[in-house]
Amino acid sequence: MTSRPRRVVVTGVGVVAPGGVTRKAFWSCLTDGRTATRRITLFDPTPFRSQVAAECDFDPAEAGLSPLDQRRSDRYVQFGLAAAAEALSDSGVEWREDLLDRTGVAMGSAVGGTTALESEYVVASDSGRLWLVDPDCTTPFLYQALVPSSLAADIACRYGVHGPALVVSTGCTSGIDAIGHAFHLVQDGEADVMIAGASDSPLSPVTAASFDAIKATTPDNDDPEHASRPFDRDRKGFVLGEGAAVLILEELDHARRRGAHIYCEVSGYASRGNAYHMTGLRPDGLEMSMAIDDVLRQGRWNAEDISYICAHGSGTRQNDRHETAAFKRSLGQTAYDIPISSIKSMIGHSLGAIGSIEMAACALAIEYDVVPPTANWANRDPECDLDYTPNVARELPVRVALSVGSGFGGFQSAMIFAKPGEGAG
Amino acid sequence: MSGRAVITGLGVVAPSGMSPGEHWDTVVEQRNRLRRITLFDPSPYATTVAGEVADFDVTGQVDGRLIVQTDRWTWMAFVAAAQALADAGIDPTELDPYDLSVIMASSSGGNQFGQRELQRLWSQPSRTVGAFQSIAWFYAATVGQLSIRHQAKGQSSVIVSEAAGGLDSLAHAARLIRRGSVVVIAGGLEAPLSPYALSCQQRNGWLSTHSDPQRAYLPFDEDAQGHVPGEGGAALIVEDLDHALARGATTLYGEIIGWAATHDGAHTRRGSGGSVSQYARAMRLAVDRAGLRPGDVDLFVPDALGVPSYDATEAAALREVFGTRGVPVTSYKSLVGRLYQGGSALDVVTALLSMRTGVLPPFAGLRRPRTDHGLDFVSAPRRTRPDVAMIGARGFDGFNSVLVIRRCGVETTSSGDGEANTSADNGAARQERAA
Repeated sequence: MTSRPRRVVVTGVGVVAPGGVTRKAFWSCLTDGRTATRRITLFDPTPFRSQVAAECDFDPAEAGLSPLDQRRSDRYVQFGLAAAAEALSDSGVEWREDLLDRTGVAMGSAVGGTTALESEYVVASDSGRLWLVDPDCTTPFLYQALVPSSLAADIACRYGVHGPALVVSTGCTSGIDAIGHAFHLVQDGEADVMIAGASDSPLSPVTAASFDAIKATTPDNDDPEHASRPFDRDRKGFVLGEGAAVLILEELDHARRRGAHIYCEVSGYASRGNAYHMTGLRPDGLEMSMAIDDVLRQGRWNAEDISYICAHGSGTRQNDRHETAAFKRSLGQTAYDIPISSIKSMIGHSLGAIGSIEMAACALAIEYDVVPPTANWANRDPECDLDYTPNVARELPVRVALSVGSGFGGFQSAMIFAKPGEGAG
Repeated sequence: MSGRAVITGLGVVAPSGMSPGEHWDTVVEQRNRLRRITLFDPSPYATTVAGEVADFDVTGQVDGRLIVQTDRWTWMAFVAAAQALADAGIDPTELDPYDLSVIMASSSGGNQFGQRELQRLWSQPSRTVGAFQSIAWFYAATVGQLSIRHQAKGQSSVIVSEAAGGLDSLAHAARLIRRGSVVVIAGGLEAPLSPYALSCQQRNGWLSTHSDPQRAYLPFDEDAQGHVPGEGGAALIVEDLDHALARGATTLYGEIIGWAATHDGAHTRRGSGGSVSQYARAMRLAVDRAGLRPGDVDLFVPDALGVPSYDATEAAALREVFGTRGVPVTSYKSLVGRLYQGGSALDVVTALLSMRTGVLPPFAGLRRPRTDHGLDFVSAPRRTRPDVAMIGARGFDGFNSVLVIRRCGVETTSSGDGEANTSADNGAARQERAA
């Protein structure tokens, strides 16, 4: 409207990911090009078509969670609490009463407490025997598992923050969309600081069975470490993952006044719907391209300004084709010159969480001027003919990073982070 | 575009009726729609009463294939959204698809569908679920389906803040309009009546176990002992004012002029009642955003949880902001149950209909109102036309949300001494007269 929108920066990063619990371990995993995919250990995967996943080696006690936290909170909430703790400590935010009122929480999750809901269901239904399930033997925290708002509530309660709190649950774009929601709240002056990110721990039989039923996950079980092959000619589907990332979003002047380290500026966020199919994607990538065009416009960027694209790159046949088409549609010939990578090749697809983990990767790529690779890339697909940064990370100046997400329900989202001082402002 | 968010269409699927008109009649006539649960045999459960959408049948309103692929929650949304669009006189095929968004609240997903598939998975050796589990149960299912059905390609979202979500979705719709969006389908619906979902709710300690529908849910009453669940909710069309005027929208129900959300920063515990100061702060923030003072608010529709400690907190927050008996308070929730995010969306519809009809509906089910709360309960219908209404909602584990709406055709600005000046907003007033 009339006044110039407030500017929003990232001042803290926390990550719980397969192959690396903590920001530092996560970044080493990515820049080493190591894959964290393996045969599933969290449940017996034998009955399922796809038996591989990227699991977090997460120890809640080590992450500082009390026995009550562990009992109250499902695994995805525990991830969220751990990532929030790391991000807040990284940001150096010091709580004052007025800042608690001006700090909110926007967390994404695609499937929330599914894992706990399923395991408690098995008990309450006596392994599916009872339709009229018996709640008496379930956890007293069963309601917290039913409503995924628990993720935002538990983080707000941990720090006693009183700003707007909510969960955004737009399937596999939840992570980008939650950070986008937080970005808008800070821009609009509804909060000065937002604890923003996403978490999912979907690794359970019902999730495996759901994706088996539509053949979205890979059936390649023989070589788990190389099962996730985004943009490769022989890709066969995605590999499930789990994890969380939390970013501290802060109004620029607020961050400057307290002398905070600024990773990057949130330059823009946009989302569109394909209004096409719950799981299908139009091959031309039109709506994703519309979202990319919008974020480029918001930051007044040209295609040449983009240093890196953190792709959705799920490794399904249709996604990687769709996304490649969207990049070309928005960026033209320049799309061929921009390093692109899919970190899902290493840490799998953690549904709603991955968008926030990918934004964390963008912040760290800008911080360290390194582009993480796409692991397991071996064979060129004629329909995916861009530079996917195969297998080896690249050191290069990362000024502006674009990330995109695409999800069930048709959501197509895009976000740009820029190195401090690079933005047109 | 004006950036001003007006509500131009309403759709209701609720125990109180299958249209805004039916809902309003039920509310004004105080017809209790609670009953013993029929969707399954409730006898094993402590809570046996609920607000069901009686004889709900989506057949014929939606393609048969789509019915198989979706949960009852989504079916209700199909019906409510279609009603709201028709009421607004909007044919989505005539819109630029990028000008249409869907922002709905969702806090428990496709419960019946999910339980059926879990049963299939765990009771059969094949360990499989059907092909539609992956798209029917998750929280974004309804928004995804609505975006396809109505070709909404604008920015859409799914907001979860338990029962506060209905207000949060409308606030977010208003934010989008300020940022240049044109038409948003917003609100929320809920279908919490499967055996497993009811079991989950029983664990939160808030459910009433009274088997008499007349006595099961009595917020602010001496006999309050929790609430019972209900299903359904509302879809609302939120539209940029200029767009609504330019296309000759027939009804401008009201404008979203203020909103705020706060969090208690503390968990819900047995015996706790939530934070008075944070709920009151949300009320003040919303009034400030609207450029008004508390004295300008003519009606408050409460969360009315029915849990005595929470009713007391809500009353204390209202006293803190409005003073003792400072604003008329009304709720119909004892007639239909707690519809979670669907309930807060339906509360907004109720306030809009009160503005439209010039009647404050009576507070339903209050036989022995708690006098110590110091609230002005609307005990019998009042013939007065509210210009400004505030709706409050809370979500489990500390969420507080407040929305402020204003009748179209009036511009209320606060004067220095707190008295309201009312002047006609010409464009809106013209439309209102034309309606």
